[in-house]
Amino acid sequence: MTTRAATTSTLFSWKRLLPPLLVSAVVVGVIVVVIVAGHHDIIESFSAFGRGSFGSAYAFWSATLVRATPLTLLGLAVALAFRSGVMNIGAEGQFLAGASAATAVVLTGVGGGMVLVIALPAAVLAGALWAAIAGWLKREFGVLEVISSLMLNFVAQYLVSYLVRGPLQEPTHVYPQTETFGPAAQLPLLISGQRLHLGYAIAVLLALILWWMFRATAVGFRLRAVGAGAAAAASAGQVMVPRVLFTAFLLSGAIAGLAGGVEVTGVTYALYEGISPGFGYTAIAVALLARLNPLAIIGTGIFFGALEAGAAAMQRDAGVPFQFVAVVEALVVLGVIALDWTRERGATRR
Amino acid sequence: MVSARADVSTALSLCDMSKRFGTTQALDGASLDVRRGTLHALLGENGAGKTTLMRLAFGMDTPDTGTILVNGKTCAWRTSADALRAGIGMVHQHFLLVPAMSVAENIGLGRGGVFSGFDPTCTAAVVRDLVAATGLAIDPEARVGDLPVGAQQRLEILKALSHDAQVLILDEPTAVLSPQETQDLYAWLRRFVDSGRTVVLITHKVREALQIADDVTVLRRGRTVMQVAAHATGEAEVLTALLGETTTHGAPHARAPRRTTGKTVLAVNGVTVRDDRGTERLKCVTTHVCGGEILGVAGVEGAGQLELLRVMAGRRIPDTGSATRPARVGFVPEDRHRDAVIGEWTLIENFALKDAGRATGTMVWDDYRVRAELGVRAQDVRATSAHDRMDALSGGNQQKFVLARELEGAPEAFVVENPTRGLDVRATEQVLDALRAARDAGVAVVIYSSDLDELFSVSDRIVVCYDGTVHEVPFDRQAVGRAMVGLS
Amino acid sequence: MTDALAPFVEATVRTATPLAFAALGELVAERSGVINIGLEGTIIAGAFGGLVVAGTAGAGLGFVGAVAAGMLVAAIFAFFVVTLKADHIITGTAISMLGVGSTGTLYRLYYGTTGAALETPTLAPFPIPILHSIPWIGGAFFAQPPVMYLLYVIVPCLAWCMTRTSVGLALRAVGERPEAARAAGISPARVRWVALLFCGAMGGLSGGTLVLAQVGTFNEGISAGRGFIAIAIVVLGRWSAVGVTGAALLFGAASALQYLAQAMGWGIPYQFALALPYVLTLAALAGAGKRSAAPASLGVRG
Repeated sequence: MTTRAATTSTLFSWKRLLPPLLVSAVVVGVIVVVIVAGHHDIIESFSAFGRGSFGSAYAFWSATLVRATPLTLLGLAVALAFRSGVMNIGAEGQFLAGASAATAVVLTGVGGGMVLVIALPAAVLAGALWAAIAGWLKREFGVLEVISSLMLNFVAQYLVSYLVRGPLQEPTHVYPQTETFGPAAQLPLLISGQRLHLGYAIAVLLALILWWMFRATAVGFRLRAVGAGAAAAASAGQVMVPRVLFTAFLLSGAIAGLAGGVEVTGVTYALYEGISPGFGYTAIAVALLARLNPLAIIGTGIFFGALEAGAAAMQRDAGVPFQFVAVVEALVVLGVIALDWTRERGATRR
Repeated sequence: MVSARADVSTALSLCDMSKRFGTTQALDGASLDVRRGTLHALLGENGAGKTTLMRLAFGMDTPDTGTILVNGKTCAWRTSADALRAGIGMVHQHFLLVPAMSVAENIGLGRGGVFSGFDPTCTAAVVRDLVAATGLAIDPEARVGDLPVGAQQRLEILKALSHDAQVLILDEPTAVLSPQETQDLYAWLRRFVDSGRTVVLITHKVREALQIADDVTVLRRGRTVMQVAAHATGEAEVLTALLGETTTHGAPHARAPRRTTGKTVLAVNGVTVRDDRGTERLKCVTTHVCGGEILGVAGVEGAGQLELLRVMAGRRIPDTGSATRPARVGFVPEDRHRDAVIGEWTLIENFALKDAGRATGTMVWDDYRVRAELGVRAQDVRATSAHDRMDALSGGNQQKFVLARELEGAPEAFVVENPTRGLDVRATEQVLDALRAARDAGVAVVIYSSDLDELFSVSDRIVVCYDGTVHEVPFDRQAVGRAMVGLS
Repeated sequence: MTDALAPFVEATVRTATPLAFAALGELVAERSGVINIGLEGTIIAGAFGGLVVAGTAGAGLGFVGAVAAGMLVAAIFAFFVVTLKADHIITGTAISMLGVGSTGTLYRLYYGTTGAALETPTLAPFPIPILHSIPWIGGAFFAQPPVMYLLYVIVPCLAWCMTRTSVGLALRAVGERPEAARAAGISPARVRWVALLFCGAMGGLSGGTLVLAQVGTFNEGISAGRGFIAIAIVVLGRWSAVGVTGAALLFGAASALQYLAQAMGWGIPYQFALALPYVLTLAALAGAGKRSAAPASLGVRG
C-alpha cells in the first residue's frame, strides 16, 4: 500500500487514467456476465442501472449520494487509520456504536428541538470509544488490531440486536427496531423534494479537512510518519508512536461513529439490526480505490454509491441480482492490489 | 581469471559469476577457487559482492551468468537444499534460526523427504553425537530464542555440519563475538580444515584474514581483483586491491592535540536500563562527554553500548539514574532504513521528520525545502533535487543526508552508531570527516563503531562497554581489546 | 436440568463442527504466517459448491464439490497473498466479499430470483455402536453424520504432524522465520500455498457440512460470519489443534446457551451469550499479551 503524499505531478497521464479505466472495465464486464448468464435483457438492465444511479436528478440526489454518504464517511475513517499504520477493520462496529448512541440520545428525548446537537456528538464519542477498546488493547497488551477490531464488530452487532429487541424496542414490542424519530431528530434535507441530507455535506467537508490535515498540519504529518515508518518516526522524530497510534484509532473511530449517527438521523430515522449492509467493509474498497487520499474518496464514494444505487434499480426493474455488487467491490480491491504489484515490480531495486 | 579446469583438488570453484539486482550490478564476472583442505578468506568492502557471491554458491539466489563447480563437477542449484546435498554449508551473518523452536527442531528443519517424520529424541541424540565429535557445546532441548549469540553461532555451524558439509562458508562470523570467542572459533576452524575439509571465510578484516587464512581472494565492485596465497602477500598490497587506490585507511590519523572546551556537555549518572524481559542491559553507568571531543565507545554486540548511546541521545528513558543532556542532540542510528529515514518520502519530508514529534499547528513546507537544500549542499549529498524520493539515493548519500539533518541547527551533542556501516571507502571518509568537523566546532561527539580501526582513527578518548558496565581505558588497542572481554 | 442437558450438548457439537473444520484450516494458514480473513468466502463457496454438486450427484460427492470450491477460492487468495505478496487483511476482506457476492449472484441466477429455499440431499446420521448410547453426550458426539467423525481423525493428525513430521516443522518455521526456512532448502511460498489450499479445503468442508449435513438447504447468509469466528477460535485455542477444537466447542456452547437459557427460563438476553466468546477472545489476547503463542511472522507480507 502506498501511503505517499499526493505530489504535484501532471494531472492527466496514462498512469493516472489506467486505474479508473480498468475499474470501469471490471464493472461493465461483471454486469455483462451476470446479465448474459441470467438471460436478462441487456438494454433494459443497463438503462435500469443508469436510471438508478445517474439517470435522473432524483436518482443522483436521492439514491446515489444518499448511499455515498456512509461510504464516504467510513472510507475516510478507514483511510485515516490505514495511512497512520493502523489496520482498523472495525469501522463496521464503530458505525454501529455511533448509530446506537445517536439513537439512544434521540429516544431519551433530551435536547428537545436541538436533539441533533447532542445526538451527533454522542455518535462521534461512541465510535471513538469503541475504537479505543482496540487501541487500548494494542497499546497495553500488543494485541493485533486486526483481530480485536474484527471481534468488536461482532460484539457491536449483538449489542444492536439486544438494544432493538430490548431497551430501545418500539413501544408495541412487535418489530425488532426502534420507533421512528421525530422531525427534530432528522437531519435537514439539502434540496427540497430530494432525500439528500446534511450528512453528505458533512462528509465532503470532512474529506477536505482530512486532506488539509495530512498535507499541511503537524498532526497529519505525525500520523503519516507513523504510518510510513513507525521506527523512523520514533527515533528520528522522537514521536510518541503508541500515543499517535491511539490517536489514529480515536479519530478513525470518531469518524465511523459519526457515519452511524448520520445514517440513523439522515436516512433510516430508526435503529434496526441490518442497518449496515456491510458498509464498514465496502469502505475498505472505497478507501483503497482512492489510494487513501481523502479528496479522491469523495469520488470513489460517489462511484460506489452509484454502483449500489444502480444495482438496486437493476434488481428492481430487470431482475438482475443485486449481489454482484460485492463481486465488483472485491474485484476493484484485487485490481488495485495487482496494479500496485506491477508498479512495485517496476520499481524494484536492491 | 578464467578457471574452467576440472581440478579435483579444488573443492569449490565459481567462474565468471554475474548477478544484477534491479539497477545494481552486484556481481560482474567474479571468480573464486577454493582448494580442498584450506581456509580461504574472501575479502572485500561492504557492497563488493562477497555475500552475494556466497549466496549464489549456496543456492539462495540464482546467478545471471557463471558456473559453479564442486569437486570439479558443474552444478546448478535450484534451492539451498541442492547445495546442502552437495556438501556445502553456510553460516549467515544474521543467523537464520527459528527462535521459537528447539535446537533439535532447528537441526531437523528441512531434512528428510516431504512426508517423513521428525523424531525429537532421535534428533537430540544426533545433536549430542555432533557435539561430541566437534566440541561445539549446545543443549539440544534448549529453545533457540533463549540462547546467547555465541551458542546460536555454534548451532548454525552444527546445522551445516549435520548435513555433512565438506565446504563451510561463514559470513562475517566474528562480528558478534568477543575477542576470546573469535580466537576459539578460529582455532576450531583451523582444526576443521586440518581434518581435510574446507572453509570459506567472508570478512572485511584484512589483518585477521592474513593471519589465519591459507588463501585470500579480494573482491571489488563485483569483480575478483586478487587471488593469492596468504603468506605471499601483505596488508598494504591487499588494501590496495581492496580499495583500488593507495589510501591511508587503517593507519592512525595524526591526532590533533586535545582542545576540548573542558565543559561537560553530556553526562549520564548511575543509569540503569532494563530490556523487555527485565534483564539489566546497563548497570548503574556513569560517564560524560565534553564539548570538542569525540568519545569512542567500544564493545562486543549486546554489551550495552547501544542502550548507552540511546540514553545519551534521549531516545531511551533510563529505568533509574539520570542523564544530563543539552537541548539539541543529533542522533544517527545504526539501522538507517528502519530508524532514520522513510524511503518512499521526499528529502524534504524526511528533513521535516526531525520535527515530527514536537511540531504544532501547520507545517511550513517551504521552510523545510530550504533547510533540506542547505543540508544537501553542506554534506555534499548527490541528489537531483530535494523533491527526490529518499530511496532513489545511494546508501552513502542517504547517510550523508541523515548527518546533514542531524547536524543542522548546531546541536551541542552528536551521537552516532556505526555510521559507516555499508558505505564505500569514499563515503566512509566523508562521514568521518563530518564528525571531525563537528568536533572541531565544539560539539560533544559520541560514536559507537564495531570496527576498532575506525574507532581509533576518529576518537579522542575511548570507553569500553562490557556486560552492561562502562570502563575508561587508555587509548591503546590492547587495553581496549582486553576490556572488551572483561579483563582490566 | 438433565432434560435440557442432552439437547444442549447436541446443539453445542452441532454448531461447533463446521466452526472446528474452518478453524483448523485457519490454524494451518496462520501457522504458515498467513492470516486468512478470506475464510468467510471460502466457507460460503464450499456451501454453494456442495449444493450444486449434491443436486446432481448426491450428498457424498457434494462434499467433494464443497472442498473443491473452497480450494478454488483459497487459490485466488493464495495467488494474491503469496505470489503477489499482497497485504493479507485487505486481500482477505476482498476475498470474503468475492465469495459472498459471487455465490449470492450465482444462486439467484441458477435457482431463481426469489432465492426460494430448495432441499438438497443430506447425509444421514450414522450412530457408532455402543458409544452413541452414552448418556447425555453419546448422541451429540457419536450419532452424527459421518463427516463429523472426520474431526476425530483430523485433530490428532494435525497435532501430531505439527511437532513430529518434517512438514510440520517446515510449516512452523515458515510462520516464525521464513528466511530460516529458506536457508534450510524449504520454499516458504510453496509451504504457504499448500497451507492455504488446505485451509480452503477445510473451509469448503465447513460450508459443505452446513448445507449437506445440517441445514439441508442454501441461503445467501449461510456462512453467517463463521469465517471470522474461526479466526477468533484460533486465537482462543492458542494456535494448537487441540486448543482450537476446545475453543470451537466453547463457541458452540455459547450459541447453544441461548436455547438452554430459553428452556430454563433464565432472564439473560441471548445476545450476551452470543457475544461472550468474542469478549473471551479479546480477554485471552490481552492476557497473552506480548508473549502470545501467535506465529512471529503472522500477517507479515511476502
